[in-house]
Amino acid sequence: MANRKAAHPFAFVGCWEIREMLGRSARDEQQLLEAIEEVPLDSIYYHTHSFLLRHKYIAGPYPNDFATWAAIQVRDRVLGEKLGILSPYDFGNLESMRAEIVTIISDHLSRLQVIPRVIYEEPFHFMQSRIIAAPTGLQAQTLSEFRQVLASVDDSVIYYHTFEAILRLGKPKGDFALWVEEQLGFPELGEKISNIDPYRISLESVRSRILNLCDGYLEEGGRKK
Amino acid sequence: MSRLEAYREIAPQGSVDFLFRMGGKIQGKKILHVNSTKLGGGVAEILRSLVPLLESVGLDAQWEVITGNEEFFSTTKAFHNALQGQAQKVSPAMLQNYLEVNRENAKRLSLKADFVIIHDPQPASLVESRPRNGKWIWRCHIDVSQPQRKVWDFLRQFIVKYDATIFSLPRFAQRLPIPQFLIYPSIDPLSDKNRELTAEEQRRILQRLHISLDKPILLQVSRFDRFKDPLGVVQAYRLVKRHHDLQLILAGGGATDDPEGEIVLGEVRQAAQDDPDIHVLLLPPDAHLEINALQRASTIVLQKSLREGFGLTVAEAMWKGKPVIGGFTGGITVQLVYGITGFTVNSVEGAAFRIHYLLDNPEVMAKMGQDAREFVRRNFLITRHLGDYLALMNYMAR
Repeated sequence: MANRKAAHPFAFVGCWEIREMLGRSARDEQQLLEAIEEVPLDSIYYHTHSFLLRHKYIAGPYPNDFATWAAIQVRDRVLGEKLGILSPYDFGNLESMRAEIVTIISDHLSRLQVIPRVIYEEPFHFMQSRIIAAPTGLQAQTLSEFRQVLASVDDSVIYYHTFEAILRLGKPKGDFALWVEEQLGFPELGEKISNIDPYRISLESVRSRILNLCDGYLEEGGRKK
Repeated sequence: MSRLEAYREIAPQGSVDFLFRMGGKIQGKKILHVNSTKLGGGVAEILRSLVPLLESVGLDAQWEVITGNEEFFSTTKAFHNALQGQAQKVSPAMLQNYLEVNRENAKRLSLKADFVIIHDPQPASLVESRPRNGKWIWRCHIDVSQPQRKVWDFLRQFIVKYDATIFSLPRFAQRLPIPQFLIYPSIDPLSDKNRELTAEEQRRILQRLHISLDKPILLQVSRFDRFKDPLGVVQAYRLVKRHHDLQLILAGGGATDDPEGEIVLGEVRQAAQDDPDIHVLLLPPDAHLEINALQRASTIVLQKSLREGFGLTVAEAMWKGKPVIGGFTGGITVQLVYGITGFTVNSVEGAAFRIHYLLDNPEVMAKMGQDAREFVRRNFLITRHLGDYLALMNYMAR
């Protein structure tokens, strides 16, 4: 099993994010709502995904910028908590995630007499990300090679093959699961990898869970042999 | 050996290889940086490190400097102040001179390159002479969030002729019809200001500066400028001094061309005169090793600015594993993640409270210093800056 060779090797690709500013900001939650309705989807992506790339070492209190801004800058913890629980994993695409964010904020504002706003703190600045991909030059043809390389690559590789693959490149299972299934012919392992919810854990945790799954599979295969 | 190799053990794991890969995708392309000085100032300091690194990943990197007469630099100084919100008088004759000097520079310099990065307002109108080919990017290092309208409108007519702009903070972004990118400035961990010092080097430097290590050190490194609030730092120190025996060092550059700076320095000296534990050090502009040694000797570093551009002295201290307390302004807010990589404060009392807290909790100081260093490794080192430029060029070359 460890030596089963893929017809097409897995090519590990890393990425670098450049941040583009839209020149639009919000000082209160109504302005935030209006802007979320109008900004490009790349901006929704930036504020709900690429915090993982930006805060590699220290994550914000919530896994998306809208929730963090509401809780920390506006000091509206209720909205922060309502937005913070959202997982992009539960949405088929970014447009439906945008719709849910809009619904949550509208609903929240409809219950308030005064629109919460920043007083001393920072306004929300809308950004969008441009992801530049570049091959690392590293490849794997067998599961054990795959496991070995995955253990050592930069965490932008994990980001690229999970988040970018799922949402921007339209591969809902992510590249790792797809390759394991299609090229190595290990559908159960692929299924287990694709079941990892990458939004709830750090890139390092995604890496270690995949490594554990690979180890378990390699061990099991060794025993069968 | 490639210059970038020297950063392999310092930069985040895997990033040096990735930088080579990104450079490889645009190998041989010419990138030209243009600014107004090779000596002094943050821009020159960054370019001195960045240009050789761009070369080391396979680009043809060049750095040119514009020249100008006294009137030109008076005008650009007025631009600088006006763009940061101070009222300035700029006459039509000054604007004419600005344009004429840049036209002369355009004739003198070779502006043919695949990517031309023009730094700050001084050379901004060079874009009038841009060749047919090549991407032109205006890189603005200053806070233009509340510019004097007339000066901004004058510059804006040139800026819209660029292919893109780069600002250092999101709030500096303007309403412009061209893409605006965010790139934080950076520090070079191998420069004299940030490299590791031997114990002997550090001992000799501190001895020369008459600094002893017998008491915990509070340090602020900055110009003697009201926006850096050195008097507020003295007040915060005095509030803490009642309970902790410590010393304060205020180290800053000379104030030769700044009459206001001399007044502030005088006020600071007066405030410090009755206390032998306050050291006011006037350092020359090239005192990089001295600043390095002071930061490394410190217990807590302050940057209690009331207004700040980016404030890279914060990242310098964080890189040395020091807990930093900074004013809630400018780029300090993106460097200090509250309670994790440091503390931002809004008052003298806030600064004093956090100094107390850290001195009373040495284990928090140690953890904060470690986290601060890792945060800088990921976000504010020259290798990240190089990566941002390579990614931007890859993006714009598509």
